[in-house]
Amino acid sequence: MRLSKKVRDGMSSLLKIIDLHVSVEDKPILHGVSLEIRQGEIHALMGPNGSGKSTLAYTLVGHPKYEITSGSIEVDGTPLNELDPCERARKGLFLAFQYPVTIPGVKVSDFLRHAVTNVRNPERKDGESLMPMREFRKELKQKMEELGMDTEFARRYLNEGFSGGEKKRMEILQLAMLQPKFAILDETDSGLDSDAVRVVSEGVRKLSGPQMGVLIITHHERLLEYNVPQFTHVMLAGKIVETGDAALAHELHNHGYAQIRERHPVEAAEEQSRQNRPETVGVATAVAK
Amino acid sequence: MSTEAPATPEIGVGDYQYGFHYGTEDYVFRGRKGIDRDIVKQISQIKKEPKWMLDFRLEALDIFFQKPMPKWGGALSELDFQDIFYYVRASDKQETSWESLPDDIRKTYDRLGIPEAEKKYLAGVKAQYESEVVYGSLQEDLANKGVIFTDTDSALREHPELFREYFGTVIPSADNKFAALNSAVWSGGSFIYVPKGVQIEFPLQAYFRINSENMGQFERTLIIVDEGASIHYVEGCTAPTYSSESLHSAVVEIIVKRNARCRYTTIQNWSNNVYNLVTKRAMAYGDSLMEWVDGNLGSKLTMKYPAIYLMEPGARGETLSIAFANHGQHQDAGAKMVHCAPHTSSRIISKSISKGGGRASYRGLVKVENNAHHCKSNVVCDALILDSASRSDTYPYIEVDQDNVAIEHEASVSKIAEEQLLYLMSRGMTETEASAMIVTGFIEPLVKELPMEYAVEMNRLIELQMEGSVG
Ligand SMILES: Nc1ncnc2c1ncn2[C@@H]1O[C@H](COP(=O)(O)OP(=O)(O)OP(=O)(O)O)[C@@H](O)[C@H]1O
Ligand SMILES: [Mg+2]
Repeated sequence: MRLSKKVRDGMSSLLKIIDLHVSVEDKPILHGVSLEIRQGEIHALMGPNGSGKSTLAYTLVGHPKYEITSGSIEVDGTPLNELDPCERARKGLFLAFQYPVTIPGVKVSDFLRHAVTNVRNPERKDGESLMPMREFRKELKQKMEELGMDTEFARRYLNEGFSGGEKKRMEILQLAMLQPKFAILDETDSGLDSDAVRVVSEGVRKLSGPQMGVLIITHHERLLEYNVPQFTHVMLAGKIVETGDAALAHELHNHGYAQIRERHPVEAAEEQSRQNRPETVGVATAVAK
Repeated sequence: MSTEAPATPEIGVGDYQYGFHYGTEDYVFRGRKGIDRDIVKQISQIKKEPKWMLDFRLEALDIFFQKPMPKWGGALSELDFQDIFYYVRASDKQETSWESLPDDIRKTYDRLGIPEAEKKYLAGVKAQYESEVVYGSLQEDLANKGVIFTDTDSALREHPELFREYFGTVIPSADNKFAALNSAVWSGGSFIYVPKGVQIEFPLQAYFRINSENMGQFERTLIIVDEGASIHYVEGCTAPTYSSESLHSAVVEIIVKRNARCRYTTIQNWSNNVYNLVTKRAMAYGDSLMEWVDGNLGSKLTMKYPAIYLMEPGARGETLSIAFANHGQHQDAGAKMVHCAPHTSSRIISKSISKGGGRASYRGLVKVENNAHHCKSNVVCDALILDSASRSDTYPYIEVDQDNVAIEHEASVSKIAEEQLLYLMSRGMTETEASAMIVTGFIEPLVKELPMEYAVEMNRLIELQMEGSVG
């Protein structure tokens, strides 16, 4: 699918999540999530542990374990539901993982050279040539320096032996190299010391702009201070129960989720039963309906 | 091997410019199929060998007939010894035409970007690889240092005493059925002697050697590294080697004297019709280091267990092996370490990958003789299985006649993790590309030990194997 002429000529792209229901191993987790993110916008997604934020993130990038039972994901009207993670990445979606995995024996630079080549040439077939080495190295070096990363990391194996904070920075480096249309940052600010939080936050601020829509999943405030969201969404038990502006994020930081639960007793009860339920699918399904 | 840009795909058009002719009918000697005393006598006679070599061959032939087929390892029942040519003179080798090569092999050559002349050689279109330029200056340099680097047939003629002193001393004909067969009909291979204290700085490659039969069916290689000397020898290549002959059975003997070092790197990738049954063994003396780096791809069945006998205190042995078994292939590979003296140490690292119904087996032996106290041995074998049709087995044997030893053995079998695949795919890699990358990473600790150009080709070859475009 080609983008319409309008979009190519400067109108911003739109990521649309429509009434999304998602199950993991037949266990329903998301119960109808709707969200619209335009290129250039910053959205914050907050919510207590286990409310389904990462589930939404994984579903967006096409994790095979997360099954869409109904609803859809679209970019500029093109549905993504049936696309695999590779195709979605080539359409401009990016997830900075909450828990980046280690790929032993694969050098950061080799990995990134493949990734960059593919994302920039979505039509590329396996085995076709990669981005020229010199050009790639130059760009990588520049981006690493901007993020205050030791260029030595390019020669290391991907995430192998990286500290928690180093892994998160590696995610941001990938974001910088891939320049996606839509970036989802899943707790990219957790596990970092305060200097690193600043570096990452500044990095995101530099990278985002009119060409990038950002969904920031976070439990902290710093990242949002550097990247002030136009919208803040609150998730509870697999639903977005409230949407507000930056002030809402601020309020949640100061007061926690007690008031949210009070305002949304049905979801609060669902959350409660999720935590207490024996692992039977039947109960969960009954509640969901 | 070259890492140049791919050559033009229009191969075959200009073949005659290299002086090929198809269907060689006027050869002088091609022998006949099958094996018996007359064939062996004929081989020896054509080579104008001394009597002792003829006697050696005939004795080995008797042993070959007496020894039963091994009952372990791979399936050998389809192998018909009487349906095989045992000797074809290099100059008379049947030249395969480029067009008659299997499609997948031609494609792989193109994808690997192997230069024209080398392709023909690998494909059996040419019997020899022309590299006189490199070879000339190299040979002079080596000769000045007293290094002998020649083919084994020439060595027998030109260095008879040295040859006789060592030939067959590491692997006697009676060692196993295929060593006996090789001893009876051997031809070609490399002969290297590195004098005391001489260090050869660069890897010495088999294809620098001209006027000889490289990659013959029954190669015989003999390497002597004298005291304090060192060498890294590299043979084979990552590109698929097309052979019309179905049985290849080489013998490699190495003697590493005190304080010497030897690394022997092989990458083999035979076409799918080949039984590759190889006996490799080294004797390592006091404070020496012997290393085998061994990569096996392709073939129908490979049985290969490079051995190191640690003969004197301080000797160290190391074997790194990689096996990739794809559809229709069985790699039965491993290593043998025999600690014959105290204070010796050994290490085996084996990585195998099986895919598309292929089977990869690790078979290893660590043996410690009873006087060999204070020995150390460490064995790590990891297997990666890419689909449920494929198979991996581990047969680790440990025989220890000593209490005072430290032996460690670790083995793992794994699949590609879903989370790793997702991670790479979410960065724009196709499933195939992502799997290839994970596989490449899996063998990286061994691949990085290869000479640079081999490492590059090895990785490209893995990518091709993962695409399923190569048999
Ligand atoms: N792969 C999975 N297998 C089983 N259960 C899962 C899986 N992924 C998510 N869940 C369940 O879905 C629910 C939502 O989890 P999710 O990780 O999306 O929460 P979260 O909002 O990201 O929480 P946190 O703030 O702790 O990161 C949890 O109850 C979790 O146990
Ligand atoms: Mg989460």
